[in-house]
Amino acid sequence: MIDLLRNLDRRWIFLAMLLAVSIPILAQQSFPERPTKTVLDVFNYIEGLPEGSNILLSFDFGPSSDGELEPIATAVVRHCCLKRHKMFFMTLYPDGVPLPERTIKSVIEQEFESYNFKYGEDYINLGFNNAEELVIIVMGTDIKKMFPTDIEKKPLDGFPIAENITSLEDMDLIFTITTGYPGMKEWVQYGSSPLGVKLAVGSTAVQAPEAYPYLPDQMLGLLAAIKGAAEYEAALADKYPAFRDPAKNQGIKRMAPQFWAHLLIIGLIVLGNVVYFADRFQGARR
Amino acid sequence: MLKSTFPWLIVAVTGCVMIAAFFVPPLAEWKNEAGAWFEILAAMAFVVGGANLFAQHLKKISARRAGWGYSAVTLFSFVVTLVVGLFKVGVIGEDPNYPWAGHYQAEGSALWWLYQFAYQPLIGTMFALLAFYVASAAFRAFRAKNTEATMLLTAAFIVLLGRTYAGTWLTSAVPDDYSALTFPGMTAIILGVFNTAGQRAIMIGIALGVAATSLKVLLGVDRSYLGSDGD
Amino acid sequence: MISVMAVVLCLLTLCTRPILAQDTAAAPTDAIAPPSKLIAKDHDNDAGTAIDLEWTLSPDDQPQRKPRVVVGYQVFRSLADGMERVSLESLTPGTVKFTDRSCKYGAAYLYEVVAVGSGNRDSEPARLAQPVRAVRQWFDASRVWFGVIVLIVCGCVIGFTEIVKAGRGTHVRAIAGLKAIEEAAGRATEMGRPCLFVPGLRDMNEISTVAGINVLSHVARIAAEYDATIEVPTCRSLVMTAARETVQAAYIAAGRPEAFNDDRISYITDEQFAYVAWMTGYMVREKPAACFYMGTFFAESLILAETGNSIGAIQIAGTSQAAQLPFFVAACDYTLIGEELFAASAYLSGEPQQLGSLKGQDAGKALAAALLIAGCLLATETSLLPKTTQFAQALDYLTNSILR
Repeated sequence: MIDLLRNLDRRWIFLAMLLAVSIPILAQQSFPERPTKTVLDVFNYIEGLPEGSNILLSFDFGPSSDGELEPIATAVVRHCCLKRHKMFFMTLYPDGVPLPERTIKSVIEQEFESYNFKYGEDYINLGFNNAEELVIIVMGTDIKKMFPTDIEKKPLDGFPIAENITSLEDMDLIFTITTGYPGMKEWVQYGSSPLGVKLAVGSTAVQAPEAYPYLPDQMLGLLAAIKGAAEYEAALADKYPAFRDPAKNQGIKRMAPQFWAHLLIIGLIVLGNVVYFADRFQGARR
Repeated sequence: MLKSTFPWLIVAVTGCVMIAAFFVPPLAEWKNEAGAWFEILAAMAFVVGGANLFAQHLKKISARRAGWGYSAVTLFSFVVTLVVGLFKVGVIGEDPNYPWAGHYQAEGSALWWLYQFAYQPLIGTMFALLAFYVASAAFRAFRAKNTEATMLLTAAFIVLLGRTYAGTWLTSAVPDDYSALTFPGMTAIILGVFNTAGQRAIMIGIALGVAATSLKVLLGVDRSYLGSDGD
Repeated sequence: MISVMAVVLCLLTLCTRPILAQDTAAAPTDAIAPPSKLIAKDHDNDAGTAIDLEWTLSPDDQPQRKPRVVVGYQVFRSLADGMERVSLESLTPGTVKFTDRSCKYGAAYLYEVVAVGSGNRDSEPARLAQPVRAVRQWFDASRVWFGVIVLIVCGCVIGFTEIVKAGRGTHVRAIAGLKAIEEAAGRATEMGRPCLFVPGLRDMNEISTVAGINVLSHVARIAAEYDATIEVPTCRSLVMTAARETVQAAYIAAGRPEAFNDDRISYITDEQFAYVAWMTGYMVREKPAACFYMGTFFAESLILAETGNSIGAIQIAGTSQAAQLPFFVAACDYTLIGEELFAASAYLSGEPQQLGSLKGQDAGKALAAALLIAGCLLATETSLLPKTTQFAQALDYLTNSILR
């Protein structure tokens, strides 16, 4: 048995992971979630803002981490719609350009169709700028310098939503959904920290530990990957019963494969250590 | 001289401008200008990169080196993406008489199609490979070889359980007053206290390393990145 | 006649009634009290383009009154002569401050703040008595402590560099990962396989990429001396150009300029996972004997390191991305943790002026540690002795002035 484990072909491990992830997806399994403090801090802040507050939503990720971050985007935009906040979408990722557009379509234009949100009055898509952290630095003094037009290249000054917007300081909250560079650190260094604007972050799981040193002063709260999205969905469902339907909550649905994947990894670590201690034991006997 | 001193002078002057712009408010605009210059250079470098890509793969195809078929696929994909993006193939603007006024990634356009049905699934697949590599690394590398490694493993167990419903369920009998003893509670403490302390220490070290390296670059002490160390 | 008059009266009544009703609805029941005590002053530490406004709320701005009488404030600005009056900002109820950041340097402005009520009713404006002008500051006073800390750290780096140049205190602790570079290049030569050097995902404006290229310079020189092949795929064109210059210089320094082949240093793609796909494909096909990962890495770190492990390569990694360190530590033979990447070039070169910078970094760490200890002590004292205000003041100064 130990020999079998010692010489285990890694493809068996890959197969086990495939089954651990795919079976719960096919079985549509889900588990209950309870929001933790870092998520509730963001939820309560957005909930407490007066109607019509300005929220900048920066989709700083590409399609690679879309599976992990899209549920965060959906849950937060849903909340902003419920509170009728004004939403400014943007991205710092060249391959992330279609992603805000997709969320706008699925949430604002379809799910909240009855709210009659108007483009240019209630929300706007600023599009993409390639200047990486320089975008944030310049937006600190002049948003229109970095985004003189919206994504369709129509002048920003022509939209009522942009009339009273000069710099990032006019935002009541910056929400960055981030996977790497430019993202969380750059928004802290050049956005929230020097300007004193509130910043909330939705990040990939691997990046989440890097966010903790900034909590709670430089960063209001953190939604860490699928778990963060699921907790936000749970908070939203607690407050707004219409969102209790599990079919609407992608984060909660995606926690089931994560549950089994985590258990598999624990099992693999244990098996690996069984092999290790068996080898040590045999070595000591010799 | 031209190869080492002149580039270093550009580096030094730009660095000094950035430092001055940080402390002198009327010069703050210079910081933006320097950034804009970098963007222009990086955009020009795209052309250099594209040319290099072309040259490398054409060489490989013409010499029929091993794997030349992959190079052909690469060049074909490169040219197709470039052409449909530049010429906005399939873009329908608000006014059909001026289709070029539409966005290059407008829904239904050829580039949108490539993004949606080729690029996004391919990139998502590559990222998803991580799950498999994490599993194989967990089996192969996470061994309780010594006290430190054992502590690391214990923390990993707690966080892995605490970040799923398994942790909540296993410690559901713990009263709310002792929530710090539940798996989610212990996870919060590990991430919020121990992880934060470690992260901050590493961050301070890195920040000082960046400062010292920047200073060496500004003063021209270390010019190995210019390819002219002994110049 | 009477009936005609009655019809006319009825018609008049019918016509006027809604008009009267509309007037009643539109007319204010009572006027909204204006905000008061509007004051304006120059915004600190800027280029003379911002003015801070502050006022006292309208007495009708009371959150407990439902429906709210005051639904917001409107700020207006005009030149000192009253020309060019513009509406600046609509603010939420309860707001008492606003910074106008769109001023022209040197221009004198007058401001008005109006309380806005429901049904487009506006209060009388609170007016500024005297025009105000934004003033330009030539030094950002809020960053003076930051400047002091930068000067201390840089001073230490320069000072220690001079000390080490003078021949004193050159001991640097051994870094296992850097000592292994020679071994890795030797192994590649013995096995007749190439070395793979990956300079990370970021461009040359990132200092960890510069640090990675500096390490490349030393790795390439060792590879040239051992006659090993070195392959450098890059994901930024500028990095490719810099890497070519660096490797060529290393080959020249090693006395083997003819062995340099610039085709081995190529641009792959800017896209993260396409770059990873190329590298993993290369690793599986060519089976490099040694893999070096030096620079900025993200999610690809584990994919690269596990693939390298599967082909049995000796692997040395270094990154400034703390989140990726656990993956490299788990899958590579040696890992340079954080600052060790920046120390690598100095360590490998052995030049006194570079080694001195490491000592300067240590002095910076000592300063950071001293500030941390002082902050912890002050915070502890403040919580234990809440009535002693000196500790609280000192803590406030440390956190909000020195470290801000």
